Amino acid sequence: MLIARVVGELVATQKHASHEGRKLLLVQPLNLDGTDRGDAVVALDAVDAGVGDKVLLATEGFSAMTSVGRPNSPIDMAVIGFIDHIELVEGVV
Amino acid sequence: MILARVVGTVVATRKDPRLEGKKLLILKPISPDGKDESGYVVSVDTVSAGFRERVIAVSGSSARMAEGCKDTPVDNAIIGIVDEVHMD
Amino acid sequence: MYFGRVVGSVWATIKSPQMVGQRMLVVQPLTPELKNTGKPLICTDAIGAGAGELVYWVRGKEASFPFLPMEPPIDTAVIGIVDEVHVKRTVNEDVPAAPAAAPVPPPASRKNSRKNGPC
Repeated sequence: MLIARVVGELVATQKHASHEGRKLLLVQPLNLDGTDRGDAVVALDAVDAGVGDKVLLATEGFSAMTSVGRPNSPIDMAVIGFIDHIELVEGVV
Repeated sequence: MILARVVGTVVATRKDPRLEGKKLLILKPISPDGKDESGYVVSVDTVSAGFRERVIAVSGSSARMAEGCKDTPVDNAIIGIVDEVHMD
Repeated sequence: MYFGRVVGSVWATIKSPQMVGQRMLVVQPLTPELKNTGKPLICTDAIGAGAGELVYWVRGKEASFPFLPMEPPIDTAVIGIVDEVHVKRTVNEDVPAAPAAAPVPPPASRKNSRKNGPC
């Protein structure tokens, strides 16, 4: 799982049937110091997150599929948690 | 499996119901001699690890074989606390 | 899943039997701001996407799931055609702000909206 920030939303009419009814979010994975970690990815939303929210991103198939309730579908990333707070040991970033 | 150090914790109240009651820790991978490596990962704690402890973490679908993680949306789990590492 | 644009297609006469009849597309990964990022790759088409379209694609074993019960040996598949992109991001929100004396730059927010269709 990674810490990420929601930076946008995608609208797609023609998509795999398993994605119907779930928001498609553009999420930017973050480093611990809050900087961008690689490129933004597309994830299905399981917790009703919105743009600007800091979230927990599952980056593995089963976790992503089951959190949006769609097993055996082409989903490899999902937003599975809404982060309230992060605590770090001193000196780590 | 990777060697890592616990460097933080994530608090999320709104999350997948199957994650409720699970402690989410931030791990930083380390080399066998204890040096920090790049990157981090958020992991579910199954062994009551604490801050700064060296741990063993498992990733991918194997993480769901950890204690209490069956059929949960977990892709990384802490499965052991390291006492010592010996290198030949 | 990842964001991208279809920039071409690939034809192969000799291929794995499970791949017969599958279209293969060349996809260029994009950032949310529609800039190219990384190298183009080949994705199997699971949705009927065409050249120039903005799409999103999936990587890994999950890419073969649209073709169940067949299990083609593929690791990337286009699974959606993007009609619109809405992006709003402030650069490095978590990085400590510059000293108060320095002029504060306006947040670099953007909104892209793009209709489905050729580039």
